[in-house]
Amino acid sequence: MIILQTEQLTKQFGKLIAVNHVDISVQRGEIFGLLGPNGAGKTTMLKMFTTLLSPSFGTVKISGFDIVKQPNKVRQIIGYVPQMLSADGTLTGYENLLIFAKIYDLPAKTREKRIWELLELMNLKDSANFLVRTYSGGMIRRLEIAQSLLHQPHILFLDEPTVGLDPIARQTVWDRIIHLSKEYDLTIILTTHYMEEAENLCTHLAIMHLGKVVAQGTQKELKKSAGDPDMSMDKVFSHYAGAEIEIGGNIHGLREISETRQTARRLG
Amino acid sequence: MDSEKFQKQDKQQEDLDNWKKWPIINFITKTLVITELEIRKLKHDPTELISRVIQPIMWLLIFGEVLAHARAIPTGHMSYLAFMAPGVLAQSVLFVSIFYGIAVIWERDLGIVYKFLSSPAPRTSLVLGKAISAGIRGFSQAIIVYILALLLKIPLNLNIWALLGVLIFILLGAIIFSTFSLIIACIVKVRERFMGIGQLLTMPLFFASNAIYPIAIMPRWLQIFSHVNPLTYEIDAIRHLMVLNAPSVYGLGKDFGVLLLASIIIVWIGSKIYPNIAT
Ligand SMILES: Nc1ncnc2c1ncn2[C@@H]1O[C@H](COP(=O)(O)OP(=O)(O)OP(=O)(O)O)[C@@H](O)[C@H]1O
Ligand SMILES: [Mg+2]
Repeated sequence: MIILQTEQLTKQFGKLIAVNHVDISVQRGEIFGLLGPNGAGKTTMLKMFTTLLSPSFGTVKISGFDIVKQPNKVRQIIGYVPQMLSADGTLTGYENLLIFAKIYDLPAKTREKRIWELLELMNLKDSANFLVRTYSGGMIRRLEIAQSLLHQPHILFLDEPTVGLDPIARQTVWDRIIHLSKEYDLTIILTTHYMEEAENLCTHLAIMHLGKVVAQGTQKELKKSAGDPDMSMDKVFSHYAGAEIEIGGNIHGLREISETRQTARRLG
Repeated sequence: MDSEKFQKQDKQQEDLDNWKKWPIINFITKTLVITELEIRKLKHDPTELISRVIQPIMWLLIFGEVLAHARAIPTGHMSYLAFMAPGVLAQSVLFVSIFYGIAVIWERDLGIVYKFLSSPAPRTSLVLGKAISAGIRGFSQAIIVYILALLLKIPLNLNIWALLGVLIFILLGAIIFSTFSLIIACIVKVRERFMGIGQLLTMPLFFASNAIYPIAIMPRWLQIFSHVNPLTYEIDAIRHLMVLNAPSVYGLGKDFGVLLLASIIIVWIGSKIYPNIAT
């Protein structure tokens, strides 16, 4: 079952086309990775998915709801963790969850139960009553994921969930994400520029470069279409987004990329 | 945790809670959640309130005392200090409120704003909830100014209804000016730019009002500006309610009407422009 689908999704900031005619579709239960270098347009995509930005062109449907025509329907079924560590440092971990539980209308009777279950799930029970400004980066990330799950969203958007975390913290966050996907059949869309993260976590990937999705599929499919099933993901990535892009390659969109790159160079 | 079971429970609860779905109830509860959030922050760190004691002290004890001795400003049967104390109170609330725009930009830089805007909470609630919390911060200014005024032997009206009235007018003023500040923040989006503009706006608002001198002694052009300045009506009402036997120039009814209308309009504009902060 398709849970998210974009058609010709485009976002323009003045002259810059941050997201350029993107078509992706995500099936229920996938961990879908948007992989791309800085400035590829990953955050801009997620901001459109989460109704923060409206597209310049094209459409996005989430569980059948149009993000422009039915933003409030969409907002009720999505969870979002922005790129920055954005839990409120001046409140406790518990309070951060409580406020959002109220924002999402969790009934008073089950609210406490739900909050503590999520704190437990994210291994934050012991620090629940400390101010978040005393938390480590990894703890903040886990708190934010808990926050985004309060209302049982159908789909969770994570913008660079492990950026700036040390290897151990990163591992715990990965572990929690996989757990959510397996146990609750939650669809997760995350962005990353860590190859390792894409490889370990994502069932499906879309490789983004200069606003375009240049390839998408399972890791296997991507390797195969890049020409070698035993290729490392690093190689696959540079095959699609790297410096040596061949003009006229058989992958849809490559020609335009090299054109955009030339334009970018001229402008820069 | 069993998510299926949870969903079933939620379904039953949903039927019971259907009245909560009414837009007006939803609007009010969400507004109060945002206010609660701000109050919780204040509870964790009340030092901010304490640091705001200084300004009213300076204005009343230095500026006020000096001008009172000079007898330069005609304030009718009221002493100059009694005349200006309500002005100082409104000014403190104005400063608290104008600070809100910086907080909004700060929350944008931290990413907090994005989570609220991607939630189904009504945009109007996000704006009004914050504005009300500016009013609550303003109440703490009232306590400071009242204590100072008592020490200075200004004849205060301590009738409970008069006190309550003062709080209402502080709240309305705070809603107007904090939302005004939020609107500017949503337009400029950069903290440094906001700082300059914030300064630029606060001073004219303050001086083009009846805070520290009556409008009657202003030059004509400034009088016109003062009459469209909500601060003038806020101070007119607070002066009447706060100081014994202080007249209201426009009448409480008009003051209230003007401020309520201004609040509604500005919060409405604010709720339209607030989502821009995420772009
Ligand atoms: N509000 C905006 N106004 C103008 N340009 C913008 C805006 N937001 C993003 N951009 C530009 O759009 C492009 C894509 O930005 P985006 O933040 O989506 O990239 P990203 O893939 O998330 O990168 P990163 O890995 O650095 O987070 C960049 O060139 C960026 O400068
Ligand atoms: Mg990004």
